[in-house]
Amino acid sequence: MSTYLVKRLTYMIIILFAASLLIFCLYAFTPGDFISGNLKLSPERKEELRQIYGLNKPVLERYAIWMKNAFHGNFGYSLAQQKPVLQLFNEYIWNSFLLAIVSTFFTWLISVIIGVIAAYKQYSLFDSLIMVIIFAAMSIPSFFIGLLLIKGFAVDLKWLPPGGMTTTGSNATGLAYVKEVIQHMALPVMVMTLLSLGSLTRYFRSNMIDVIKQDYIRTARAKGLKERKVLFTHALRNALLPAITLVGFELPGLFGGSLIIEKIFNWPGIGQLYMSSFSSRDYPLLMGFTMFIAILTVIGTLLSDLLYKLADPRVKL
Amino acid sequence: MSAVSGNLASGGAKTPVKAPVAKSSLWRQSIRRLMRNKLAVSGFVTVVFMILLCFIGPLFSPYSGNHNNLAMMNKPPSAQHWLGTDKLGRDILTRVMLAGRISLTVGFASMVLSVFIGSLLGAIAGYYRGVVDQIIMRIADLLLTIPSLPLLFIAGAMLSAWKVPTDYRMYIVMLMLSVVGWPGLARLVRGEMLSLREREYMQATIVLGLRDRRKLFHHLLPNITPLLIVIATLNIGGSILMESVLSFFGLGVIQPTPTWGNMIDAANNLIDFQERPWLWVPPGLCIFITVIAINIFGDGLRDVLDPKHKR
Repeated sequence: MSTYLVKRLTYMIIILFAASLLIFCLYAFTPGDFISGNLKLSPERKEELRQIYGLNKPVLERYAIWMKNAFHGNFGYSLAQQKPVLQLFNEYIWNSFLLAIVSTFFTWLISVIIGVIAAYKQYSLFDSLIMVIIFAAMSIPSFFIGLLLIKGFAVDLKWLPPGGMTTTGSNATGLAYVKEVIQHMALPVMVMTLLSLGSLTRYFRSNMIDVIKQDYIRTARAKGLKERKVLFTHALRNALLPAITLVGFELPGLFGGSLIIEKIFNWPGIGQLYMSSFSSRDYPLLMGFTMFIAILTVIGTLLSDLLYKLADPRVKL
Repeated sequence: MSAVSGNLASGGAKTPVKAPVAKSSLWRQSIRRLMRNKLAVSGFVTVVFMILLCFIGPLFSPYSGNHNNLAMMNKPPSAQHWLGTDKLGRDILTRVMLAGRISLTVGFASMVLSVFIGSLLGAIAGYYRGVVDQIIMRIADLLLTIPSLPLLFIAGAMLSAWKVPTDYRMYIVMLMLSVVGWPGLARLVRGEMLSLREREYMQATIVLGLRDRRKLFHHLLPNITPLLIVIATLNIGGSILMESVLSFFGLGVIQPTPTWGNMIDAANNLIDFQERPWLWVPPGLCIFITVIAINIFGDGLRDVLDPKHKR
């Protein structure tokens, strides 16, 4: 186990190193930078600024500097916002987390319930209907459903605000603030839940179908237990267990925000920060973000492998 | 398909079986079972309908995709223009069909590319193992670690900065999508390979002294063809969605070449978004209908072709 962990961790670090080099080169070789996009500056001033930011150095040297600072916990300075990248992440990440955790909660809740019922009534009308709806949810382009909902609920019906996290110019505090945020959250959470519902429901449904066929379920029924108890205590527990491995894969999504949804709903999260920095070519921030997601992905994969071992001790690592 | 079925039916035989003889067996059975799945058939019919609509439809349209008509700007749907017109007076229905040509082609071609690269590299890695395997799979791991959306965005930004002509962008977008798409596939194919290469019939090929290429392409790959067909089908839907996202943000295929994604871009204009839904809702619905049809069909295929998969 411990040798396995050491091996995995070493490999993780190597992969992350390679990823950081690739990410750095990609951004470094993308034509145009933060300074060239600014039309107000004279060529001399641009040169001067490049000197200051160290943009005229060779790529590898810049990479070395970037990595050296990264190891000291310094991911650079956002050029557009004039703040340290990490500080900006800290400001925006929690908004993303709020959206993600709420929609993850709803996704899991709804997909467990639907998955159990669909499995129990396998091949029934309800089951087929659910499968079609799930396919529909998996096939909608996220930005399009977002736009449709904004058009429907915010523009036409005026029930919910079209975007942002709070109403512009609002100074609400306490409960009023909470209410406002919840209203603004409703649409993005709806879209995010809808989009991730499909695969998870299918997962629970097929897990549940496997479990229902097991002998101990027949035993439980033969004992004369109520069907609800059989389903929710005996079957569901065993069907849920393998799902803890999915927690690891949720990690990048929980903290990494959603580029598309946050952009469409103008939600002040880290994904929106990325999208707005993208047009201004604010490289330290863009690289920091991409690296951040890569780190989360790697940790998430390791986490789910370890959880897999935890859930099923028969698995050898 | 007949070539593939020939290989499948022949299994470990040395002489290639001619198509008519092999046509019975697995493939015919599978098709018959597929036909019984009404949902899957309706998905297939819908896909065919969308393809015909996009590729043949514009020929019957009285309007051309790029013909401006300033007298008919931003008109809502009417008898002459079934889906209305845009800000240059172009017929939306015609443009949606033309856009479909591009979107469907990009989706399909990038699927073919990524399945080709993914299955080839995965098969080589799984078959040869050792150093080759290490190199291929480490590259795959690396690409899987970096989030694909930012990767695609950067590539799109490069295309814009280098001012790649719009006609070529379509091909580069296909390439971009397959670069992101192959690692997952390679991993899957490699896994299958690792188990297949230990089977008895593979030992038989060793005894027969077959060459590696023969083993790989005549005995191993045909056995994962059913799986590949399923994945490829489902992959088309994903590619179409990805392309639409990129084009919506102006980083994929850009105007004046219409795609479903960049037509929805009209929604970024506040007035068009609020007052003229006919500009951006039809292409969105087209994406939705096409992808759902592909996914339903692909799932039906999986039921038939993938014995391990339980519904």
